[in-house]
Order: sequence, then structure tokens, then C-alpha cells
Amino acid sequence: MMVDSPDRPEPLTGDRNLETEEFVVNMGPQHPSTHGVCRLILTMDGEVIKKVVPDIGFLHRSIEKIAENRTYHQFMIYTDRIDYVSSMNANHAWCVAVEKLAGIEVPERAEYLRVIMAELNRIASHLVFLASFAIDLGAVTPFLYAFRERERIVDLFEMTCGQRLTYNYMRIGGVSKDVPKDFVSETKKFCSYLYPRVDEYEAILTENPIFLGRTKGIGLLDLPTAINYSVSGPPLRGSGLKWDIRKDEPYSAYEKFDFDIPTGENGDTWDRYKVRIEEMRQSARIVEQALEGLPEGGIKAKVPARFRPPQGEAFARIEAPRGEMAYFIVSDGSTKPYRVKIRTASFCNLQALPVMARGWKIADIVAIFGSLDIILPEVDR
Amino acid sequence: MGVVQKVPVYLEKIPGGGLITTSLDAVLNWSRASSLWYLLFGTACCAIEGLMCTGASRYDYDRFGMIFRASPRQADLMIVAGTITNKMAKRVKILYEQMSEPKYVIAMGGCAIRGGPFYYDCYSVLRGVDLVIPVDVYVPGCPPRPESILEGCLKLQQKIKKQKVSDWSKTEKFIPEPK
Ligand code: SF4
Repeated sequence: MMVDSPDRPEPLTGDRNLETEEFVVNMGPQHPSTHGVCRLILTMDGEVIKKVVPDIGFLHRSIEKIAENRTYHQFMIYTDRIDYVSSMNANHAWCVAVEKLAGIEVPERAEYLRVIMAELNRIASHLVFLASFAIDLGAVTPFLYAFRERERIVDLFEMTCGQRLTYNYMRIGGVSKDVPKDFVSETKKFCSYLYPRVDEYEAILTENPIFLGRTKGIGLLDLPTAINYSVSGPPLRGSGLKWDIRKDEPYSAYEKFDFDIPTGENGDTWDRYKVRIEEMRQSARIVEQALEGLPEGGIKAKVPARFRPPQGEAFARIEAPRGEMAYFIVSDGSTKPYRVKIRTASFCNLQALPVMARGWKIADIVAIFGSLDIILPEVDR
Repeated sequence: MGVVQKVPVYLEKIPGGGLITTSLDAVLNWSRASSLWYLLFGTACCAIEGLMCTGASRYDYDRFGMIFRASPRQADLMIVAGTITNKMAKRVKILYEQMSEPKYVIAMGGCAIRGGPFYYDCYSVLRGVDLVIPVDVYVPGCPPRPESILEGCLKLQQKIKKQKVSDWSKTEKFIPEPK
């Protein structure tokens, strides 16, 4: 209701357009909904977002430059820190790229162990997504549930390589150590423990009316736009494309396992969430199969400490939990790479945010941003 | 905290006010040390361990009366969890200045202490958060285990318990109201 007062302009009537003024809201760099630092500059028209400009670089740690000053073995610890939520996958990508460059054959047992670790880490990463996504939308319980399960995965990793977050487990040509004796039985126990838990999350969230209201139909990303912005990983699959490097360009031992690629239909926030939930089940399936067929044998090919790959270049990509992760290495034949280019999924996925967020309310941007599952060190590197 | 800030002013006028100060110290420090509300501010890898894992049910900050706050205005403790780059340094300082007194800082992980793995050959990382804000407790590790960050919090509580109200008037930050 308008209050009549002499200073107020006449209420607009008829076909005259209502004039509104745009204003700029700054979100971040310190914002509780990210565990990294990213600033979003929002141009608003009332509650509605007109334009989003992400301001990145708050976590630029010059990792690509550091790579030029480290040997191939030494650089492994930095790959952990590029994608700390799924360090195993980041390790894996680096190993695959260097092995391709030097033509190293990896023993079968090592490949299986890599797959097991990468998939367990994928589950852990999606659990972190679930925890932070739910807490952004105001549901605190799933956070505690997800971290309860994640601790069990972390225990498995700790048993194997002694670290809780930055594992540094894989080595060029294999893995650093064999798994301890009770790892196989413990992991099997974990897998059978996980399925009912995932059902539990679904019972809390998937059909929850509040959750549906916050996610269903919000932040649409149609398939052509997704492809044009080179979006990959769950956001791409959420938009409906069945594209997964593990299936389409199998690396490591992935062609030996049987798993499905979940896809969404509408490309909304809910679809991206659902794809990740389904991927957790599929990852557990892969882990179970790999444990069944775990072959005996060596765990590491012979790679000298002063490792010099031949001159040339190599490009290799893998499917990390957030999407495609790729390394492009140029070697000049010395112990250190001449140039390393890292392609990370978060950086490309973040570019689609302005398109997805346009026209939605300011409260929705938290949900849309959360559903992309951005890791800031991956964006800034 | 209005009354508390005036306490040293009154005490100086009362001969033998030391006895009151001691017991007041005990009460204030006890309440402060057991309700450290920390700022939810994580920049990199350490945030997962230091803020999320430790905040979740297995390690549980709540046992020490620590609850996260999303706004620096409500927080007493800043856990600097992760790498601080040169671009971020200015913002960290602003966040620190926005926190209300008394405030404490824990530098968590190699990066916050001295640049960590990014000490050499890196052009963009700040070599230690203590170059921009004062730090009370350092917790080394890359990342530190949740147990060690909890140990760091206990150390900070010990430090707080040794503080004296009568010392406040001597610090520059404390400006007593003229009466
Ligand atoms: S100390 Fe290690 S784990 Fe912590 S932020 Fe730095 S690189 Fe990451």
C-alpha cells in the first residue's frame, strides 16, 4: 500500500512503464557458502539478478608456474592441492598424463588400486557436496550425516597412506604402497554400509517439499548452452548428455567394470543433485567389482628417481568428481616439465554461472552456485 | 561489555582493588575461554579439515563451546584455514578489523604460518598470515589433523585464562571512557 504524502510522486498508472533502478550487490570473497574464496558481483533489479560477474583469483597459488620448477615426482603433492576434496583423482590425472608422455606400463594391480581409491574419493567428494549444499539451503542434518560417512572413507585412506586429506598416494608408474591386509574386507563392509545411507539422504532430501521448492526448476542449464560453455561432469550429465570419460574414453582399468551413467532431464539444480546421489551408488558398485577382481602382482613399474621423459607433449584427461580434469605437459627432455597446463572442471563450470543465474532471485544463487560444486583452488590454481 | 570496560577505571580509584580484579578475571576469562565463537572463514584445503571435519560429529567443536558464526561481527576467533594470497591479504585484514574485541587468531596449516608448500617459486602467496594480522596460536601441518587443531584451541583457552582485566587498560586498543 502506498502512503499518501505530498513529496511522493504520483503513482504510475496506465501504460507508463515502471522505472526501476539497478544496483550492485557484492557477495564474498568471505562467504559462508563456499570453502574457498570467490567474489560474485551481482547486478540486481529488486530481488532479481540481472547479471553475475564472478571475480576470481583470490586463491591463485601459481601452481602451473611451480610445476616448471619441480621434477615430475615432486609435482605430485601439488596436484593434491589443486583439488583437495578429491586428491586421488587429481593424482590420477597427473599420473595418466606423465605415463602417456613417457609410455610407461602400469601393473594391473596398481590400476585396480587406483580405480578403488579414485572411486572412494568420488564418493567422499560427493558427500562434501551434499553436506555443503544442504547446509546452504538451510538443512543442517544432512551435513552431519554426510560427514559421518566421509569419516569412514577417510579412515580407509588413512589406513593406506596415512593422510586424511592430501593423500599423495599415487606415483608415476603405480601407487606408493600396497593396501594393508584388512583393507579389502573393511572396504567391502563400507560399501554395503553406504547403500542404505544413500537411501537415507534421499529420504531426507529428494522428495522433501522445501528442498524441491528450492531446487526443482531453478537455475536451468540447457544442453546446447552447457556444451558451448564446455561444462562437464555432473552439471553436463544433469542437462541430459550421457558423457563420462570413464565410459567414453576409458583410462586405467575402467573398461573392465560395469556401471551406469546417471543423467538428468531438465538441467535444473535438482537434476545436478540427483546425478551426484546416483553416482555415489555407481561408484560403490565399481569399488565392489574392483575389490572382487583385485589381481595379485606388483604395484609399481620401475621409474628412476631422476626420471626424464622423452621430448614431446602429452594430453590426458580423466573424469574427476567435478568433471573433466586434464593435464597438458610439454617436456624438453629434462627432469622438469617445460610447461604444464591444467584444465580443471570448476573453472569451466563457473563460466556457465552467469547464464544459469540470470533472472533468478538472490536466494537462488546460493543453490545454483552450490549445485555446480565449485572448488576454488581448482578455479584459480 | 560496557561495565567490564569501565572496571579498570573504577579499580584504579579503589585502594586494594586487586582482590576484586582476580576473581573478576577468573569469571570473565572462564566465560570467554569456554565460548569461543569462530568465524566461518576457510580459504583452501585446511578449511575441509579445520572447519568442516572438526565441526562435524566425530571431532565436534561444540564440546569446547565453539560455534561457527557467519559474520565477523559476532565472532571472537578467526581460524585462518588455508592459503592467503596477496590478493586476499587485504580482505583478511578487513575481516580481522571487523571482529569485535577481544579477538583471537589461530593460524592453521603450513600456508597460514609461512606459505607452506608455496614458499618457494611462487609469486602470489603471502608468506604467513602474521604479516598482516597478529596470531595467537600456530598449528602446523598440511593439513593439521583435527586433533591438533583442537589442541590448538585448548592452548588458546589456556592463554585466555591467563589474561588480566587490569592489563586491558594498558593496551592501545582499550580506551576508557572519561568520567
Ligand atoms: S597448509 Fe597444506 S592443506 Fe593447508 S591450505 Fe596450505 S597446502 Fe592446503
